[in-house]
Amino acid sequence: MVSLTSEYKRLEEFIENLPTKKGALIAVLHHAQEVFGYLPVEVQDFVAEKLEISAAKVYGVVTFYSFFTMQKKGQFRINVCMGTACFVKGAEGILEEFNTLLGTETGGVTEDGLFSVDALRCIGACGLAPVITVNGKYYGRIKKSDVKGIISEHKEAKNA
Amino acid sequence: MHNTKIYIGMATCGIAAGAQAIHDALTAADLQNVEIIPTGCIGMCYAEPLVEIKKPDADPVFVSGLGAEEALKTITDYITTGKKDENILPNKGYGKQVRIALRNCGIINPEKIEDYIAEGGYTALRKSLTELGREGVIEVIKASGLRGRGGAGFPTGLKWEFGYKNNEPKKYIICNADEGDPGAFMDRSILEGDPHSVIEAMAIAGYAIGADEGIFYIRAEYPLAVERLKTAICQAENLGHLGEGIMGTSFNFKISISLGAGAFVCGEETALLNSLEGKRGEPRLRPPFPAQKGLWDKPTVNNNVETYANIPAVITRGADWFRSIGTEKSPGTKVFALAGKINNVGLVEVPMGTTLREIVYEMGGGLPHGKAFKAIQTGGPSGGCIPDRHIDMGVDYESLATIGSMMGSGGMIVMDEDDCMVNIAKFYLDFTMEESCGKCTPCRIGNTRLHEILEKITTGCGTEDDITQLKQLGKVIKDTSLCGLGMSAPNPVLSTLNFFADEYTVHVTDKKCPALSCKDLITYTITSKCIGCGICAKICPTNCITGEPKKLHTINQQNCIKCGECLIKCPAKVQAVIKE
Repeated sequence: MVSLTSEYKRLEEFIENLPTKKGALIAVLHHAQEVFGYLPVEVQDFVAEKLEISAAKVYGVVTFYSFFTMQKKGQFRINVCMGTACFVKGAEGILEEFNTLLGTETGGVTEDGLFSVDALRCIGACGLAPVITVNGKYYGRIKKSDVKGIISEHKEAKNA
Repeated sequence: MHNTKIYIGMATCGIAAGAQAIHDALTAADLQNVEIIPTGCIGMCYAEPLVEIKKPDADPVFVSGLGAEEALKTITDYITTGKKDENILPNKGYGKQVRIALRNCGIINPEKIEDYIAEGGYTALRKSLTELGREGVIEVIKASGLRGRGGAGFPTGLKWEFGYKNNEPKKYIICNADEGDPGAFMDRSILEGDPHSVIEAMAIAGYAIGADEGIFYIRAEYPLAVERLKTAICQAENLGHLGEGIMGTSFNFKISISLGAGAFVCGEETALLNSLEGKRGEPRLRPPFPAQKGLWDKPTVNNNVETYANIPAVITRGADWFRSIGTEKSPGTKVFALAGKINNVGLVEVPMGTTLREIVYEMGGGLPHGKAFKAIQTGGPSGGCIPDRHIDMGVDYESLATIGSMMGSGGMIVMDEDDCMVNIAKFYLDFTMEESCGKCTPCRIGNTRLHEILEKITTGCGTEDDITQLKQLGKVIKDTSLCGLGMSAPNPVLSTLNFFADEYTVHVTDKKCPALSCKDLITYTITSKCIGCGICAKICPTNCITGEPKKLHTINQQNCIKCGECLIKCPAKVQAVIKE
């Protein structure tokens, strides 16, 4: 519970230091997701209370924007870009391969909580299509056969 | 004294391709009389990581696509001994390109305001404040004929004039950097490569309409652009180019940054306003237009990144100069992001009216692997697919609209013979369906229905009646949706129906996919050429290939998941697996 409190404290501090609460909801949610990793209902309630708006409004915004997630993500967040350039260069197959090898469905997390797999909107690195990111690190021009290596690279990093 | 300059392309794609390691290696090598300049996107994404070397006594050269160690060796050799190994490539220049919006990208260090100023930066703001005056600025922009580069092509000067004429004391300037079209990355490149040009333009716009506050609305997917913008805003404030009493005048202007949260519809300007107010990004009814009632109900002028990047050049060089480039109705240039099945993936900036053929074959270097050109998709999910027979058309706002596409933000995705147009239409519908905000029925339900019909067709369950339905429904959605997203969402379907009707017909009558792309409509079979080596049987993920060693193998079609591994792994000299 201790760490939880400190996370809420960080969020509270951020909200209190805002120049104005007017229109700040999205910025607050960005911060909250950075702190907690995701936005469970309890965090949404906390935000609603602090910003003095209804919890329904917060929930409405969280579910509207694809960047916000109510599901806890894996330790390694795999994002497969599904922009058009990546799509015509086989991104669908790459995504499928990750899901097959990890036993996940798009948007899901592996049982051990190590990996989550998501399809991402175009990240604008079309020159490297097909492109994926793992925790923000880019892997460009990848082939289906690279997928296995990328997974084991992170598994090893975890064990090292 | 630095004699030699080394420019390293360090935009997102450069860094992703390994530019950081090259930068670090070169810095650590501590070469004498060499200045290392991290710069933005040079535009040649296909060649990343890309380094340009300018020796005082030689033509500039490129080093492309090397790892850090190799690049360091090649570059060191070239600088110290002048020896050009096979990795030193000539800089052929930009050819027919005319760079206005990208004028500084790849040339300056985007994290140094001094570099921007050395290229004439902030003189346009000074000229506006001290020479032109508010009406003067609007006159120049109006006379230049500059149109919104976000896609719709509304005259920028006119927009500013609406803002100017409104007498409310509080007004806002917004920069729409919610570049959501998949396959478009020019705005990211401008923000990463030349952020000050956009900041300067926003200050000019603020001065012209009488706003004291500007806001960047930028995608959360662009972290590097956000970082560079923050740095740039800070530098501009420190030099008094933003803040109170700018350049010794009474003009005050501050800029802040707001992050989007992954909603395509927020590129629509009224949805963007709602998002800035912390709400769901649903579009508003118009009128009132944002210039009358925008952010927090105050008059608001919103332009796209590339539009702003043009402004300082227009102010400095004048409307006549700008009008001398491009076409009569669409003056100036447009940046296009070339991607997909094309050799030279990257950004090109060309005068309006340049033909698609020039863009694809001269600048884009044609298609890889000798494949045949099939279509070029412009305008992202709101645009259409343009076939071969229109490839000699000059590109501007009007010409694209006449053939059922649109300029959009300038993404151009090239497709070859292996791409199924029905499947591509489905891909876009998948996107718009997902991104529809759900406020109005035609878009929310209509696009879902379109998608369902396309799903039917691509899985071999379609009928001829479905094609009629697609046309009819598409038209209704276009006519009745609330905002630009819904109004343009059927474009990919309608344009492919128009230009590639045969492909749809084959899907529904013969249950075949001519491009061999729709999985449910293709089959893999093993011919009598099979030597029974067993490789395919071993790698088949569903174990549906059987056969005795050294005898003909067969695929059990019921269990086949059409992954195509057997075709890939069948030895090249045998080629017994066929896909049809």
